[in-house]
Amino acid sequence: MKFFDFFSKQSSSSAPKARERLQVLLAHERSSVGQSDLVVRLREEILSVIGKHVKIDRDKVTVKMDRGEKVSTLEIDVEIPLSAKLRAA
Amino acid sequence: MAKIIVVTSGKGGVGKTTSTAALGAALAQRNEKTVVVDFDVGLRNLDLVMGAERRVVYDLVNVIQGDAKLPQALIRDKRLETLYLLPASQTRDKDNLTAEGVKRVMDELKKSFDWIICDSPAGIERGATLAMRHADIAVVVTNPEVSSVRDSDRIIGLLDAKTARAERGERVEKHLLLTRYDANRAERGDMLKVDDVLEILSIPLLGIIPESMDVLRASNLGAPVTLADSRSAPALAYLDAARRLAGETVPISIPGERRGLFGKIFGRRAA
Repeated sequence: MKFFDFFSKQSSSSAPKARERLQVLLAHERSSVGQSDLVVRLREEILSVIGKHVKIDRDKVTVKMDRGEKVSTLEIDVEIPLSAKLRAA
Repeated sequence: MAKIIVVTSGKGGVGKTTSTAALGAALAQRNEKTVVVDFDVGLRNLDLVMGAERRVVYDLVNVIQGDAKLPQALIRDKRLETLYLLPASQTRDKDNLTAEGVKRVMDELKKSFDWIICDSPAGIERGATLAMRHADIAVVVTNPEVSSVRDSDRIIGLLDAKTARAERGERVEKHLLLTRYDANRAERGDMLKVDDVLEILSIPLLGIIPESMDVLRASNLGAPVTLADSRSAPALAYLDAARRLAGETVPISIPGERRGLFGKIFGRRAA
């Protein structure tokens, strides 16, 4: 099989990759019905906690997500201006 | 000057999303800043074809409703830094798209991109009409098959009537992209030929994309076909089409599947 693969343009096994991508995606989509705005809610709550201590600019916040098979990561990047330190409550 | 392109067809399953991803990547490969926008609210798939499905945080509806700022919702492609995706919402429905909201997003995208490519949903309802609303150029994706040609004709009518340009008395530049073309079957008389489709629809031809395994393979991997294998027959056809969109004159060739010697010997491995 490998021998023949050598002659074809690329290895022909893209279907397992497709299967794996779909399984991960659908597992997330099925479980997230009814909590579609989870990310929005998490962001709001996390920001309000940070906002209690420093003044932050809502536009200087980036939220990134990576959904994996076993774990997902939520990455929230908050830019805290230097002057905000002075105001820290 | 930013150009807005709508990739549309009326009929479903003819290759709008594949073509949006492939043309978007091809334009971005020319080092022109490109964003592909999914208008198929409720049934998004452009994220999957682009391989960004795990990274979607915000979507077009979030931006329209003010839950997120546009730069927060744009997903940058991991392979090409000139290519961005604005995904559709999976959980809302198309009523969440408003004409004013879409206009605001388009105006903002125009400030920072060279090309804005809108992937229209199938059908002729709200999602489809809003996707074409602000277009300067329309790519009408058509299969050489009777129902697809009929639906394309209907869409061409809408492009001439329901777009912002039409209402201003200007015209939307319309191009035909013939997809899933099989030169052998057309030659045998089993499939409409290029000239047949052109004669019926009478809009200029942007390109002919051959029916090919490479298209399915690319979507399996989550890569636009022009990035998955830029030397494959469909990729070459899309790259040429992108050059034509950018104003270059590139002669159109009717692609017959080019097989190497070994491909011929080992036959139609995975038909």
